[in-house]
Amino acid sequence: MNGFPLLSLMLGVPMAGAVACLYSNAATARMIALIATVINLALGVVLWLNFDQSASAAQWQFQEYAPIFGRFAWALGIDGIALTLIALTVFLMPICILASWEAIEKRVGEYMAAFLFMETLMIGVFGAQDIFLFYIFFEAGLIPMYLIIGIWGGVDRIYASYKFFLYTLLGSVLMLVAMLWMTREAGTTDIPTLMAYDFDPRVQTWLWLAFFASFAVKMPMWPVHTWLPDAHVQAPTAGSVILAGVLLKMGGYGFIRFSLPMFPDASAQFAWLVFGLSMVAVIYTSLVALVQSDMKKLIAYSSVAHMAIVTVGLFAFNQAGIEGAMMVMLGHGLVSGALFLCVGVIYDRLHTREIDRYGGLSINMPKYALLFLLFTMASVGLPGTSNFVGEFLALMGVYEASSLVALVATTGIILGAAYMLYLYRRVAFGDLTKDDVRAMPDLSARELVMLVPIALAVLWMGVYPESFLRPMRADVQAVVARLAHAKPAGDAHVTAGKPQHAATHGAPETHEAAGEAH
Amino acid sequence: MIVYIVLLPLLAAIIAGLGNKVLGKLPAKLVTTGALFASCAMSWPIFLSYVAGGAEPTTVPLFTWLQSGSFNAMWELRLDALTAVMLVVITTVSALVHLYSWGYMEEEPDQPRFFAYLSLFTFAMLMLVTANNLLQMFFGWEGVGLASYLLIGFWFRKPSASAAAIKAFVVNRVGDLGFMLGIFGTYLVFDTISIPEILAAAPSMAGSTIGFLGSRLDTMTVLCLLLFVGACGKSAQLGLHTWLPDAMEGPTPVSALIHAATMVTAGVFMVCRLSPMFETSETALHVVTYVGAATCLFAATVGTVQTDIKRVIAYSTCSQLGYMFFAAGVGAYGAAMFHLFTHAFFKALLFLGAGSVIHAMHHEQDMRYYGALRKEIPITFWAMTAGTLAITGVGIPGTLFGFAGFFSKDSIIESAYAAGGPGTTAFIIGVFAALLTSFYSWRLVFLTFFGAPRWAGSEHIQHAVHDAHGHGDHHDHPDEEDAGHHDSPSHAHSQGPVVGTAGYHPHESPWVMLLPLVVLSAGAVLAGFLFHGAFIDPEGGAQFWDASTLAFNEHLMHASHEVPKWVKWSPFVVMLTGLTVAWLAYIRHTDWPARFTATFRELYAFLLNKWYFDELYDAIFVKPAFSIGRFFWKRGDIGLIDRFGPNGMAALVVAGGRVTRRLQSGYLYTYALVMLMGLAAAVTWAITR
Repeated sequence: MNGFPLLSLMLGVPMAGAVACLYSNAATARMIALIATVINLALGVVLWLNFDQSASAAQWQFQEYAPIFGRFAWALGIDGIALTLIALTVFLMPICILASWEAIEKRVGEYMAAFLFMETLMIGVFGAQDIFLFYIFFEAGLIPMYLIIGIWGGVDRIYASYKFFLYTLLGSVLMLVAMLWMTREAGTTDIPTLMAYDFDPRVQTWLWLAFFASFAVKMPMWPVHTWLPDAHVQAPTAGSVILAGVLLKMGGYGFIRFSLPMFPDASAQFAWLVFGLSMVAVIYTSLVALVQSDMKKLIAYSSVAHMAIVTVGLFAFNQAGIEGAMMVMLGHGLVSGALFLCVGVIYDRLHTREIDRYGGLSINMPKYALLFLLFTMASVGLPGTSNFVGEFLALMGVYEASSLVALVATTGIILGAAYMLYLYRRVAFGDLTKDDVRAMPDLSARELVMLVPIALAVLWMGVYPESFLRPMRADVQAVVARLAHAKPAGDAHVTAGKPQHAATHGAPETHEAAGEAH
Repeated sequence: MIVYIVLLPLLAAIIAGLGNKVLGKLPAKLVTTGALFASCAMSWPIFLSYVAGGAEPTTVPLFTWLQSGSFNAMWELRLDALTAVMLVVITTVSALVHLYSWGYMEEEPDQPRFFAYLSLFTFAMLMLVTANNLLQMFFGWEGVGLASYLLIGFWFRKPSASAAAIKAFVVNRVGDLGFMLGIFGTYLVFDTISIPEILAAAPSMAGSTIGFLGSRLDTMTVLCLLLFVGACGKSAQLGLHTWLPDAMEGPTPVSALIHAATMVTAGVFMVCRLSPMFETSETALHVVTYVGAATCLFAATVGTVQTDIKRVIAYSTCSQLGYMFFAAGVGAYGAAMFHLFTHAFFKALLFLGAGSVIHAMHHEQDMRYYGALRKEIPITFWAMTAGTLAITGVGIPGTLFGFAGFFSKDSIIESAYAAGGPGTTAFIIGVFAALLTSFYSWRLVFLTFFGAPRWAGSEHIQHAVHDAHGHGDHHDHPDEEDAGHHDSPSHAHSQGPVVGTAGYHPHESPWVMLLPLVVLSAGAVLAGFLFHGAFIDPEGGAQFWDASTLAFNEHLMHASHEVPKWVKWSPFVVMLTGLTVAWLAYIRHTDWPARFTATFRELYAFLLNKWYFDELYDAIFVKPAFSIGRFFWKRGDIGLIDRFGPNGMAALVVAGGRVTRRLQSGYLYTYALVMLMGLAAAVTWAITR
């Protein structure tokens, strides 16, 4: 199977679908888009099943290489980390198409084409092995998103899209400059090679900051997060799903693929910065989420808080932290996507996102209330759901690095419960007092087909996360090994009181790490 | 076997919950109640085999849950003596509550949902007590929190119910923060979260120090206290107790199962489960003792003035949990577990009895509108009396004659005395709280079942009577409303409730509600006598608890049997005193309470307002959270970041000239095109050089 260009095929199918959509009428375009995304989902399953997860497996699989000009090449290939994110992408895409089935009425062909084009680009980001190929996919992925917000978005769509643009522009330019310097220095554009290349620690600082400028915006980290609530509010439902579900994960993917392995010393040096911003983000954006009256804004702010858990996990520099960060990304992709779908479901019925316009939906929409409850609880990080696994591992990882950061970041579970349950209460609880709300029908078959698979995936990830952790384990170990020499000593290490016994537990690892730090 | 005990309730919950409308009420009730009785029937033989001795701890691994590096958490079911105790408590009370709900929730249209939640709760609670690692315990911990949230908010149309549900969840989350940090720290120190392995390694860690929030502290103290914060949340200990009284918004069977017998005791269970760990830190144990004692006192004082029958019992629960905690704190884990065990029966009984009263009184919960119900609902009256005798610890010291609470509570008080140190304080508080316990428990009985009927003042009763009038079937004698008008001196006060029946006839509850009362009454009478040998007897206890992780302290239990006579008799004396005062105040001189409140106005207001905890928390947490959130949003995001960030940049660019202004006009593809062209040029330059 490894000889077959599966990744190229997965890039090609939606691309072909996109072109076809441009020249079709509305009904055909919908059908083409659905078929193309379902084919890609099937290909994704094939990809997953053929990915060698055994311990002896090669790190990079499904590699393809075709030189284009100079050093620039069509180089694809995935490891377990990319595999899970591609799986997330192809899983969410058919759901997005279904979510747009009735909601989008103008310029359907172009809309579907934009979505399919975006799928190509997202898979490309996770599959690229050439640093410039990555850059193209990474930046070009924003074009369809601009279009989706700017054409099919809400009233203030232009403001939202240019805000997004301004934020992204600066970061992108700096990252590109850094990439150019790196390829000149290392003499290669191959990402795996660059991941093993030891840059001069002094230069790393600048390179790290250049990449950080781009990834921090994408994450988004506080204080460069303000584009996100506007973009979400203005985007159509499916746009929000993809934005929260996949596009936000590009920042985290960037950290794990570039910043950490390529600049380990700089990463260690700037861990305090990431921790600081993340701690502020958890408290700050959670409190802001608490006072929102617009559902999408609330969930958007909660995304910023959740992404802060990702960044603290990544910069914990240990297995649990990074695996946890990955799981938060996957879990958040599903859960926040599902929450935006839940907002979309009732938005389609009442055409408002004002929380106070709803209330008592448990009475006339019990199926909706149940699924919304499940996703709310998953967002709150209830054990047994996907988000708990990730948050737990990430926070446990960071505890080793700093108990203070762990404490502050963990307060997110209190604040998260407060704003999410407050939202759920105002939407689903209470009495049905408004006539237009009372007239809202429960979930249709189409909506159930969208939400139930996500619900099952959320529970699966919560109860047996091993399915998702296993493929990425070796790759995360490689990142951790790469970071080992730069890892700062944690503040929580144990000092033995009774030398003869106590020294055998816990203490060695952290001392070792302290000793190796230069 | 254990797998079936745990998973049957889950299966039933799924069937009843998802089948909801399709299945209908009866199948949903049958499948959940049936599953619980089956689990219960399987649990008792297991428990008895541990009581008889010879049964060994076993663990049934299911499959891997979470693995990362050396961190490994399995889904596994641990069965030992401690689990067995909890199994019978949970399954018995849960099965009876399921049955009781057939009657209590009769008129509820949404029954499948209710029964599904109850079974879901039972499953989560069973996962908690069968956990062999801290993570699975946390799963159960949060699972019961979810079920509690759902059940408190079961009547979600009521704003007060959904507010109480959120409060319960969020306050518990504060505790969970401690629990999670405790797990993180434990894993860091021991490199495992398997409970037996931690407990085995804990003694070797005594005396070591750990960095925490920038300071170096004793390792075991930090870990135990972090975990104890979790226990405080779930078990409603002082500071994190505010959710429990509000949780009474849930249907009464829920209060009996979750907020009396099982979930709220999870914290006590956790401390006992991890007792070898707590034994390594004297500081942690002292904190446990003081917090327990403080809660015990606080809740008992507040309980004396509440007028809502369920709130009295709720504060009573809170107070009894305090007993359990300070028992654990002084090292009498056996006594703590014993009180947990007996308390489950008599407190579930009291709650279900209260439910029966509420049912009879047409959803009136205010005791000021009760009275004289003794003859109307006799079985409920006798069941409540049995429960009250049990909770007040009626029994003759030095003999084996006594109700359930007599064995367990007296053992706690004696152990606290025998332990000395902080135990002495706990002993004094424990005795005083026993006085208050006796007072408020009998006050409840006297207000509800004795005296003159004061039903006429109740709006609920008025409604009921009105409805009956509307139907035209039961027209009662109008003069009855004035019956006994002159009986009550308290009526002289203007705020005193109206005396009279309003023509209302309370009915005894159906058999499905009475049967659980009878069974639990038997438990309240006999549980102490039957099982004290296994739980707290120095030899019997040592043998019983040997098949568990509980650190049973034989010496302390010996010492507790040999405390001075006055110590043994003091709970008995205060129990009688409390009873006498209650009798005097609520039967003999019914004007006393009003005179008391008039004389000690401030004290009364302080108690009635629950020491002003809610007001305090509202002022320092809830209100600031909203105003700070609004500040960050309006001033931070909009006023600062956006103003000087993107909007500021835009303004600069606009000022910069026409060319750039055209770029700002929203033609997105222009940006994209420019970016791609720039990119292509740069890349070409880099690659082809």
